[in-house]
Amino acid sequence: MYRYDEFDHRFVAERVAQFRDQAERRLSGELTEEEFKPLRLMNGLYLQLHAYMLRVAIPYGTLSARQMRRLADVADKYDRGYGHFTTRQNIQYNWIKLEETANLLAELSEVEMHAIQTSGNCIRNVTTDHWAGAAADELADPRPVAELLRQWSTLHPEFSFLPRKFKIAVTGAPNDRAAVKVHDIGLRMHANDKGEHGWEVIVGGGLGRTPLIGFTVRNFLPEADLLTYLEAIMRVYNLHGRRDNKYKARIKILVHELGEENFRAEVEAEFNRQTKLDVEVEQHELERISAYFAAPDFEVLPKRSADYEIAFARNPDFAQWVRSNIAAHRRDGYAIVNISLKPEGGIPGDATSDQMRSIADLADRFSFDEIRVSHHQNLVLPHVKQDDLYKVWKVLRANDLATANIGAAGDIIACPGLDYCTLATARSIPIAQTISRRFADLNRQHEIGPLRINISGCINACGHHHVGHIGILGLEKKGVEYYQITLGGSSATDASIGTILGPGFSGDEVPDAIETIVKTYLDVRKGGDETFLDVIRRAGHAPFKEALYAPAQRQ
Amino acid sequence: MPLLKDSEIIADTWLRLEDNASVPATGDIIVPFARLLAEFGKLSKRRGRVGIEFPNAERAEVLESFLPALSLVALPFPKFADGRAYSQARQLRQLGFAGELRASGDVLPDQLAFMLEVGFDTFEITTRFSPDIWRRTAQGLSLSYQPVKQQKRLHVWRERQLRGERSCRA
Amino acid sequence: MTVTEIGKALTGNRLYDGEVVFLTRTGIWSETIDAAAVALEPLSQAALEKRGEAAVANNQVTEAYLIDVERRNGRVRAQHIRERIRALGPTVRQDLGKQSDGTGGGFAAHA
Ligand code: SF4
Repeated sequence: MYRYDEFDHRFVAERVAQFRDQAERRLSGELTEEEFKPLRLMNGLYLQLHAYMLRVAIPYGTLSARQMRRLADVADKYDRGYGHFTTRQNIQYNWIKLEETANLLAELSEVEMHAIQTSGNCIRNVTTDHWAGAAADELADPRPVAELLRQWSTLHPEFSFLPRKFKIAVTGAPNDRAAVKVHDIGLRMHANDKGEHGWEVIVGGGLGRTPLIGFTVRNFLPEADLLTYLEAIMRVYNLHGRRDNKYKARIKILVHELGEENFRAEVEAEFNRQTKLDVEVEQHELERISAYFAAPDFEVLPKRSADYEIAFARNPDFAQWVRSNIAAHRRDGYAIVNISLKPEGGIPGDATSDQMRSIADLADRFSFDEIRVSHHQNLVLPHVKQDDLYKVWKVLRANDLATANIGAAGDIIACPGLDYCTLATARSIPIAQTISRRFADLNRQHEIGPLRINISGCINACGHHHVGHIGILGLEKKGVEYYQITLGGSSATDASIGTILGPGFSGDEVPDAIETIVKTYLDVRKGGDETFLDVIRRAGHAPFKEALYAPAQRQ
Repeated sequence: MPLLKDSEIIADTWLRLEDNASVPATGDIIVPFARLLAEFGKLSKRRGRVGIEFPNAERAEVLESFLPALSLVALPFPKFADGRAYSQARQLRQLGFAGELRASGDVLPDQLAFMLEVGFDTFEITTRFSPDIWRRTAQGLSLSYQPVKQQKRLHVWRERQLRGERSCRA
Repeated sequence: MTVTEIGKALTGNRLYDGEVVFLTRTGIWSETIDAAAVALEPLSQAALEKRGEAAVANNQVTEAYLIDVERRNGRVRAQHIRERIRALGPTVRQDLGKQSDGTGGGFAAHA
């Protein structure tokens, strides 16, 4: 894992002092709210419905046990004993006081954490594959580049007042788990004939009001050109992105309005004009960073562990959890443990301080001190020995963290919605809770197979509803919440945007509607191998529409 | 309007000329970019330095051939959140402009550090904030991660490389 | 007999901690919606708004705005679900917020 050196420490300490000064000037009235708001947002501090909300950056979703413990301590000391892991691999605290925020940030800085650029019209926290460095299918660990990007984008003087927010995702694996096609910039690693790594640069994807899949502006960008090229893209966007309408201000609209060819030409021209950034310095830095991400000291282990197989055979609950929550590791005898933050009827992504501490202890003992946050609002222990899986499972289960539903109907993504969020048009959490109760039977969930249900409480789409196999968007009409259902979205390698099924439903009707959709899928599929998404792509919306709306029309 | 340079208020010796104001025979003047295009011959022959106010919507490249004749370029911030001038400033510096880069418009203390980094030298400010605050915000950060050419702060990556080399030799 | 008065109340979030507050008759900001001054007439509503602007200007609250409310049996109900949630706390964590510390409003968010 990356560790701060004296420069990183000094940088963050100065930033905390700067924020403290800004907050004091606001509290004393020297700054107006209008002036202060962008300053606090650049440090992740929002004002939500009930209090201030602080979004803390978890760069590329990687945490150490010590950092996780500090997140738990912060939850107890400054908040109400819990935190919310988000689809941006960050954590949010919901009950923060402005007057205490600088102290909170100072405590975070002691464990090399901050809230820089978790909001505002700047380059946001860089996200990546939550299995990076562990996945069996990976070309190389994308995190050294993600860390390079973190530093490069941190308080970038040219790109801190962009037309709108800017999100970058990076993946080093052919199976996209970082949703690179629905980010402002997605970077995907490829290898050429000589075995050198380079980057496919995808631009202009995004969700929100105008969901779009990004387009590839460069197929294979040599690693040494990466930052110069990114600066060229950012500059074209900063100069030409629309500033007259915030709903048209994302880079995807610029790409759309210029057209892909013109956009590419602009970027290439700017790239050629750029005095090459100091490539030597940059490569030196990348090498320095890479050393921190060297693989941990894995033991040489047999492919299969006897202890694990015995437990697997004897304990059906454990076996079920293994089948759904364990992923293949690149090293023999190791496994990736996915920790579900989606217990039956729970709040997706929420974890109590005690749960955070128990996960930190597990990471210490069993996962080389590493924890990941996934954009599905779950956590990951990336490097667990198969021998230890049964022990890990028992601890997780004792802490209500072992629900065997990863990737299944109960593993619902939901944004905070109207229970917390000031922009919301409807609640999303209660919808997630009732659906998760409805599908509580894990055997049934596994019978249904891979199913991604995503819920957003407004068109901003923090709950990624457009890329849910089933997407649910909360809206309101005359003060009453209602929900629109989309089908067929995906953020994976075969990314697609879901389309609206038909008229919306009241909150009470949503679980029945989802039930009907799932039943229809089970009826229509040609066997257990044909997934929900496969069926939608084969049969379209028609059978689902018929099942959902026809009975009502016939009446 | 006070003019800030190196955290001190200085006298502004430049005269801003509007669209049709007549050009004085001597003295330093700032004209709109459109006038530079229309009257370049006349302006470059007079005694006294010439500067321009360059609109955010123009491309920096179009200035390239004029830059040797210009001593000042003022870039406006219509609102502090409108950050086009940051890119324009860096572009002008990359094109080799060595004269004075001036920030005008909605210039606030908390943006000062960014402006300094991309190459601005002078700032047209209001009297709303005390000189002390401008000094503090200019000096709040001593480090920068970006390899920006005009760097006022220490560039972290370069420092690391230098130290790495030193420790290799040792 | 229950009398229902329909009018507007002034609300905002307190600057130093973000707490949801309502302006009372005596001009202080209360954490409970039931203490809110309910203005029934356009004139008194405009007067409330004025006091809100003053409170923003002197940095008590970050923003102040009128909400539609009704008063029944001395308790105040916000008309919009968003404001009812603000007056209570999250519907999914009834152990937190105003609803748990005795300053919550008297009307459920949904209903
Ligand atoms: S999608 Fe809307 S309601 Fe949900 S967190 Fe984002 S802004 Fe808030």
